[in-house]
This record gives sequence, structure tokens and C-alpha cells, in this order.
Amino acid sequence: MKQKPIAILLNGIIKENPTFVLLLGMCPTLGTTTSAANGLGMGLATLFVLACSNAAISALRNLIPDKVRIPTFIVVIATFVTLLEMLMKAYVPALYASLGLFIPLIVVNCIVLARAEAFASKNTVFDSTLDGVGIGMGFTLALTLLGSVRELLGTGKLFNLTFFPENYGILIFVLAPGAFIALGYLIALINRLNRKQA
Amino acid sequence: MKKIASTFTSMFLVLGGVSVLAAAALASVQKLTEEPIRKAALAAQETAIKAVVPTFDNSPVEEQYWLPTSEGDSLCCFPASKGGKLQGVAIESYSRNGYGGLIKVMVGLEPDGRVHGFSVLSHAETPGLGSNMETWFKTNKPGQYVPGLHPAETKLRVRKDGGDVDAITAATITSRAFLEAIDLAYKTYTHHTVETPNTHKESTEADGVSGASQSY
Repeated sequence: MKQKPIAILLNGIIKENPTFVLLLGMCPTLGTTTSAANGLGMGLATLFVLACSNAAISALRNLIPDKVRIPTFIVVIATFVTLLEMLMKAYVPALYASLGLFIPLIVVNCIVLARAEAFASKNTVFDSTLDGVGIGMGFTLALTLLGSVRELLGTGKLFNLTFFPENYGILIFVLAPGAFIALGYLIALINRLNRKQA
Repeated sequence: MKKIASTFTSMFLVLGGVSVLAAAALASVQKLTEEPIRKAALAAQETAIKAVVPTFDNSPVEEQYWLPTSEGDSLCCFPASKGGKLQGVAIESYSRNGYGGLIKVMVGLEPDGRVHGFSVLSHAETPGLGSNMETWFKTNKPGQYVPGLHPAETKLRVRKDGGDVDAITAATITSRAFLEAIDLAYKTYTHHTVETPNTHKESTEADGVSGASQSY
């Protein structure tokens, strides 16, 4: 089955949105979305790794013997994550400091390995890169959305713009339980919208 | 192109080859980013120092020295001087008793030990409560505004513990730890430079101490 490029791209954003539909990569989703900016930063970092690792794995897909494919994928993914980590430390140290441990943990984000195994190892370099970008954009959108909701309800701010005074914020949304609550409602909302379309 | 079969040789060669390529890519990017990473860390340190001590014209980072604390650890000190005269010292202090563990604070002390300013470097306190320490202790209210206080005149403890400082609402543990970090910086600094000049003779093992007495 041959998909059109635009369909591959949209697939990751809507139909197979990693956060709202596939429910993959919950750890960074819940952990880094205390603010919209953090969510956006984490999403973009994952997008970079997804696109690069998908492209590299797809280019090597016929060279990799089946029995060692998982270790090979992990080596490729870990390489890109480490590259990203060094680049972020050098050029965006503030963002790196606020995301902290979650950047190296992209290696074990199941979305990345899942796309390598399910898509990149069977499709062309071009399609795989598109798939990586699409899934990455879906992840970025989801994290930014969740981060925005939590930041706005919790602190009254959004990307450092104040909407209402911090004293009226519902603090729990910035804390861990708020992540689950906000994510649950967002998933419910997305499911409802998707059903209407169908 | 046909997929390579999983024989011992092919698996060995492919995994090895991929690893070698990965190592080469990592090594080259590390070379490329080494300098910017060093500079970024240095810039962050300098910004933190500038925020906590009076204006200076020397390079505190280059003149840094270490002072041993009474608990066997040591703190990094950055002397800030203008025209050769010491204006203050920025001390990288910490407390392990925060609600989320380690709190690192850059404490700026004037030469006589008065707190000039502070800047929270890293913490894992509750967002919205303990994380407000940076603004809380700089809010212009008596009993809350920490810069300008002298630990010898004002008891830098929260009121619950018999001190003179108002704790952050609903974050007493954080406040306690924060004040502990300020206190550690003050005690370490005065112990070595202000109160007891004869400690220099006793502690021959610590190079940092003699360096401190010179710059003072």
C-alpha cells in the first residue's frame, strides 16, 4: 500500500497522534509539560530525533540483519539523542536546564523505537523522514497543548504572558496530578471530535 | 537490494560498523560543541555572580578559590573587586534539606559578611510554592527581604524556629533550607576571613584559605 506524502505527514499529527491516540511516550508527556514553552521544547527535541533516526534507519534498512536490528536501532537513536544533547547544551543552555534529564531519556521513548521498527525499517528514506516529522509534529502539538492548559490553569500565564494573577491559579495543574487530569480531559475531547468526523 | 541474512559475520560487521560510525559522529560534534558549551557555562556563572555582588572590574571566575566548610565539604568562592579593592564575594552555597532535595544558591556577601544578594541556581521545589523563593525573599517587606541583612544582627531562621525571617507561605521546609544555604555561605566565609585570622596558621592543608586571606 503506497501512501501519499501528505497522508504520511498528517497520519502522525491526527490519525496516529502519539500522545492522544497511540498513548506512547507518556513519561516525557506528563513530566515536561509544566509550561507551554517546556512542552514545545521537548516536542521539538523529540521531532529532531525522530526525523533523523527514521531517515538513518531507513537508509540502512537493507544492510541490517534482522536479528540485530533492535540493538542497531538503539545505537542509531542514542547517537542522535547525544548529538542533540551536546547541541542544546552549547546553544540553548536555558532550555536544556529546564528539561534536564528528559533529553537523554528520549533514547528510551517508545515512540522513537516504534517508528523505527514499524515504519522506517520498511519504507523509503523520503517517506520515513516524513513519517518522523509527522509523528514529531503530532507529539509537539500535543505537548504544547497540554503544557498550555496546565500553565494557564495553574499560573494564569501562557508563554510568559499573564492572563490572570498567579494567586488565582489552580496550583494542582502544575503538579503531577494535574498532568494526569489535564491529559485525561484532552484525550476525551480529542476522541469526541474524532468520532464526529467519522 | 536484498536484505542481508543474519549470519554471525554479517551481524558482527553491521553492528560494529554502525557503532564505529556513531562514535565518529559523536566525536566530531563533541569537538565542535566543546568550546560553546564551556562558554555557555561560564556565561551562566558570570550572570549569577553579577546578580549578587556590587559592581566589579576583575574576573571573579578566574580568581575563584575554595573554602572548606565545617561539615567537611567546600564551597566555591568568587571574589569581586574594583580597582584592587574587594567589593564582595559570591559563594556557591547549597542545602540538601529542600522539599525536593538539593537547593543551590549563589550567595553574594559584602566583605564584612552582610548579605548583598542571592540567586537560586537550581532546585527541585514544588512549583508555585517553594519555587517562589527567588521572588519571596526579595519582596520588599520587613522580615521577608533578605538582601542587606547581616546574619550577625538578624537571625536568619524562619520565625517557627525562633528566627527573624518570614517563611514562604505553605513552604516552610523550602524556606528553612534556603536560609540554611545562606547561613552556610556566611559561616564558611566569616570563619575563614573575618572572625578568626589565626585559622590560617592552623589549616596549612587548605590552599584556598591562604588565597582567600591574600585577596582579602
